[in-house]
Amino acid sequence: MHIKQVVIAGLAMLAVSAAAYAGPSGGTVSGKVTYEGTPAKMKPIDMSKEPSCAKMYATPQLGETVVTGAGNSLENVVVYVSVGAPDDAAPSNAATFTQKGCRYIPHLLALQVNQELKINNEDQTSHNIHPLPKLNREWNKSQPPGTPPISERYDKAEFIPVKCNVHPWMHGTFAVMKNSHFAVTGDGGSFSLANLPPGKYTITAWHESYGEQSQDVTISGSENKTINFVFKAKPY
Amino acid sequence: MLNIKKICLNVAVALIVPAVVPAQQADQSAAKPSKHMESHIGNLTGHSEAGADLYYRYCWGCHGARGNGDGDNAPYISPQPRNFVAGTFKCRSTPTGTLPLDTDLYDTLGRGFNFTNMPSWAALTAQNRADLVAFIKTFSARWVTEKPADPIPIPAEPKLTVESIKHGGELFQKLECWKCHGQEGRGDGPSASTLTDSNDQPIRPYNFTTSNRSKCGRTNADLYRIFMTGLDGTPMPSFADVVKPEDAWDLVHYLRTLQVNNPSPELTMWETTAEGKAIVTAKRVRNTYTGSGVTP
Repeated sequence: MHIKQVVIAGLAMLAVSAAAYAGPSGGTVSGKVTYEGTPAKMKPIDMSKEPSCAKMYATPQLGETVVTGAGNSLENVVVYVSVGAPDDAAPSNAATFTQKGCRYIPHLLALQVNQELKINNEDQTSHNIHPLPKLNREWNKSQPPGTPPISERYDKAEFIPVKCNVHPWMHGTFAVMKNSHFAVTGDGGSFSLANLPPGKYTITAWHESYGEQSQDVTISGSENKTINFVFKAKPY
Repeated sequence: MLNIKKICLNVAVALIVPAVVPAQQADQSAAKPSKHMESHIGNLTGHSEAGADLYYRYCWGCHGARGNGDGDNAPYISPQPRNFVAGTFKCRSTPTGTLPLDTDLYDTLGRGFNFTNMPSWAALTAQNRADLVAFIKTFSARWVTEKPADPIPIPAEPKLTVESIKHGGELFQKLECWKCHGQEGRGDGPSASTLTDSNDQPIRPYNFTTSNRSKCGRTNADLYRIFMTGLDGTPMPSFADVVKPEDAWDLVHYLRTLQVNNPSPELTMWETTAEGKAIVTAKRVRNTYTGSGVTP
């Protein structure tokens, strides 16, 4: 009887450690997001109606609908596993979205379903945070300077445009993801999705202006696969 | 034998097709809810089945056969008719992002929306309005999956004082209400011309000098509720997390003094002071108000 229990306990421990190691030993999908063609020129933002923000910049800031880098790289693209991975529970840390200098930092915030979303206002002016979801609840909150962070959660996966009605140039995106396998491209346009257990996946890249693209990829063992996405730039 | 079968089939198809052709009718039957909804207004219980008949008589011309705000009149209306499928409502006693109470929808029907194409339906019986509220709730699955939140608490209104009005005026500056509503409350603040609602349609901030009725009511408690809950689907945000209840009443008292063409106890008291008298007099004429030392 005792031996049986010990054996079971031992097996259970092995199973637990095997599960724990399944992650790091998984494969990786990485690559680069680029564009072809000529992207529209982003217009300089006129912040003269908000002097407290305008004075923070020596030169006018450009809009962030399309942000490009060297080698035709495309920023603010969220690359994620759209098919093949199970839904994940939300992580305990909060995803932070900051209003600073009448801009959204980051412009695109990717977070998980039911993950805490913390919104800060570091400006000397009032903002209202007005996300415009179609599937989730639509709310609209004012955040004057010096007030505590707003804490919210979204319970459905969705790309949600976010805007400030007071400052019409401020707009961004909350990308609410079903699982933890996602990345947002920064300077250089590269992304990496690590710890993917062996299997067949659909990898999707989404951009707020250029739309989305998908590619299928099969991971066996701990291999590293490279896939690239090329978006067609919109001239206007 | 086969031919007869074929003919029968053709006849059957021919019978079915004309039934589908009148698109509006088809829309209507498709939109009729399979589920039953009720509303509870005091002692009244509204039933969606009865509400459906009323809806397809009075409401669908603007709000559409499927309740998504795309009725025949919708393209000519601004602000656009409410999309009931989205389940987002302006006038609520509940926090931003939550469903309204049955009584909120019922009151909206009776009141109509000032400055819009939505008239008051007070001419219908109370039972009719309760039935309509029940039917409106069949359009969005949110009424099945969610419950309306608890209404925001509204403490008893404190005694009106000049200090209360003055403090409210400071809050109007601090919270930057003037960014949209303007220093004179005329709805002409620096951001006013850029405002759009959740359908990307232009929308105007409330002009306090036109009347003492706003979209969601005319009492002091209505004003309190409007800025604390926000008007969902519009640029007007909720201030519930940033304004303390006692401050909120001060702001209500000040907002009343912006309604310079409508007598109110607040306006009367404000005009008993020399400062208030000068400000109100200036505000009655556009662009003569210079503010009390606070300029944008």
